[in-house]
Amino acid sequence: MILYIKLAWRNVWRSKKRTWITASSIAFSVFFACLMQSSQLGSYENMIDNSARFFTGHLGIHQVDFWEDQIIDNSFDQQALFELDLTNPSILMGVPRLSSFALASHGDRTKGAALFGVSLEEEAAFSYLERKLIEGDYNTESGVLMAAGLAANLNLNVGDTLVLMGQGYHGVNAAGKYTVTGILKFPIPALNQGAIYLPLETLQELLSAPNMISSYSILLEDSQDTEGMKAHIETILKGKELGVMTWQEMLPDLVSSIELDYYGGWVILIILYVVIGFGIFGTFLMMIKERTYELGILNAIGMTKRRVQIMVAIEIFLLIFLGVLMGVLMATPIILYFWSNPILLSGDAALAMEKFGYEPIIPFALNFKIFYNQGISIFVIALFLAIYPMLAIKQLKIIKALKE
Amino acid sequence: MKVIELKNLSKIYNPETIPVRAINDVTLSVKEGEFTAIVGPSGCGKTTLLNMIGGLDISSEGSVDIGGVSINEMSESELTAFRLQHIGFVFQAYNLIPVLTAKENIEFIMVLQNIDAKTMQERSDDLLDRMGIRNQRDRRPSELSGGQQQRVAVARALAARPKFVLADEPTANLDSGSTEALLDIMAKLNKEEKITFIFSTHDQRVIDRAKRIIKLVDGEIVSDEQP
Repeated sequence: MILYIKLAWRNVWRSKKRTWITASSIAFSVFFACLMQSSQLGSYENMIDNSARFFTGHLGIHQVDFWEDQIIDNSFDQQALFELDLTNPSILMGVPRLSSFALASHGDRTKGAALFGVSLEEEAAFSYLERKLIEGDYNTESGVLMAAGLAANLNLNVGDTLVLMGQGYHGVNAAGKYTVTGILKFPIPALNQGAIYLPLETLQELLSAPNMISSYSILLEDSQDTEGMKAHIETILKGKELGVMTWQEMLPDLVSSIELDYYGGWVILIILYVVIGFGIFGTFLMMIKERTYELGILNAIGMTKRRVQIMVAIEIFLLIFLGVLMGVLMATPIILYFWSNPILLSGDAALAMEKFGYEPIIPFALNFKIFYNQGISIFVIALFLAIYPMLAIKQLKIIKALKE
Repeated sequence: MKVIELKNLSKIYNPETIPVRAINDVTLSVKEGEFTAIVGPSGCGKTTLLNMIGGLDISSEGSVDIGGVSINEMSESELTAFRLQHIGFVFQAYNLIPVLTAKENIEFIMVLQNIDAKTMQERSDDLLDRMGIRNQRDRRPSELSGGQQQRVAVARALAARPKFVLADEPTANLDSGSTEALLDIMAKLNKEEKITFIFSTHDQRVIDRAKRIIKLVDGEIVSDEQP
C-alpha cells in the first residue's frame, strides 16, 4: 500500500501546473463556500440569539392560552414557577417577563408602545439589556428605560416624564406617570421604535396584576436543542395550566426566512460546485487520456485493473484533499477574524437591513461543521466524477492502449 | 520441457466485414532455455504473435499453452494474474514507470506479487548488480540513458521469476554500444540461468545472437532455423 500511495503522490506532482490549477480551483470553491456558510450561519445565530434574548427565549413557558391570545388576562402567577424544579445543565438561565401594550405620551405626542416588565438585574445577564443603555441610569426602581427611537419620536430625554395609558388586568384602567431614567438603543429596529422597559413590580402595579407574568423565557446552551428540552419541561409542567413552546414555534417567520435564505445560499453553492465540478472533471479526463498507454503497460505487466483503479483513486483523493486543505487553511483565519470582528454595515446597506428588521451587521459563525460540510461536499462531487476514470480503466483494452 | 505451445493459432481482424489474417495457422513450440528471435518485415505479425503468446491479445482460432496451461479460456483478470506470475515483458520504448526510481521499478512487480520486503530487497539488489546499474538505482527513468532504462526493464521482467521473457524490439531505440551490452546480459542470463527469451526484432545484431530464428511473412511461419 505504501508503494501505491508513493506512486499516487508522485503521479499527482507529475504535472505540477495542472495539479496547482485544479487544487486552487477546489481551494477557491471551498474558501468561498466556507465564508458564505459562515456568514449565513453567523447571521442566523445572531438573529436567533437576538430574538431569543429580547423576545421569546429559546423556550418560553406561558399560560396555555397566551400564545394564541397575547393579552394581559392570559398571564399567570409567577408563584407557580417557584414550585417547579427547572434546573438542568442544558438550561443557562431563565427570566420572568410581563408584557403588554399601552399608549405612551409626552407633551402633545402619543405613540403606541410595547411594555416589558422585567427583573433588570436578571435581564442584564439574559438579554444584555444594560449594554444597550446609551444614556442615563440603568438601575431604576420606579422609572422607565426607553428605546432610543421611541424616545426621539416622543421628544423625550432622560429626566423627562412619560405618561402611560392602557388596559390592565381584567379590564381595569392602567395609567401612570414615570420618569425616564435611561435611553436604550437596540439592534432590532422593531424594539428600537416601540419598547419601554420597566421593573417587573412597577409594570405589575401599573397593570394591577401583582405577581403576574406573561412568560418565563429560558435560554439554552444550544439554540437548536429545543425539542428535547421542551419534552423535558412538558413533563415538569404536567397537570398545570402552563405550556412550553420552542423559539421555532414562537417565531415561525424567522424560521421560514432562515430556511429560505439557507436554501438560497445552497443554490449559489450548487452553481459554484457545478463550475468547479467541470474543472475537476477536466483534470480527471486528462489524467486518463494522457496516461492510457501507461495504464495499459501497467495492466500488461500484471497490475490488475482493480489495482490500477485503486492507484488512480488514491491520486484523486490526494488531489482533492490538497485542494480542500488549501481552501480550509485560506478560510480559517478570515473566518476567525470576522467571527471576533463582525462586519458593521453602514449607509444604505445598513438602512436596507434595518428595513427588513435585521441588525445591520454581518456576523460570522465559527463552527467545525462549516469546514466539514464543504469538504464532504467537494469529496462527494469528486467521488461522483471519479466514476468516469474508474469506468475508463475498467474498459481499458491493453492492445488499444498500447497503440495510443 | 516446452514452455510455450501454439497450435493452429490465427488472429483475424474484422472477421465480419473485411477479414484480415494477421496471424495465420501458426503452430509452434518453445522449450525452456531457448533464445529465440521472431523476425520478418514490418507488418508481418511479429508483435501480434508476441501479444498472443503473452496473453495481451486473444486469438481468433487455435490455442496457446504456457507451461502446459491453456490461456485461451482465461478471464481478463485471470490472464493479468497469469502474466504477473509467469511472463516477463520488455518493450521497445522501455515503458518504465516514470515516477519510480530504477530500484522501485524493479520492486514494483514484486509488490504486485506480494513478495516479502526482505526477499524483494535481496532480489532487486541482485538484479541491479547483474544488470550493472547498481549506481543508478535511485535515479528515475528520465535520468537514465536508453540502454540503462532497457536494462532496468529487463530486470523488472526478471524480478517476477517468469517462465520466459517476451521482448518486443528491445534494441530498436538503442545505440550500438547499449545494444551489445544489453544482448550480453540477456545472453548470459540465458546461458547461465536457462532463462527463456523470445524476441521480435529487425535488428541483425539480435538475430546474430539468436539460437533459433523463426521467420514470419504475412502472418505465417516461412522458416524456423537453429543456426
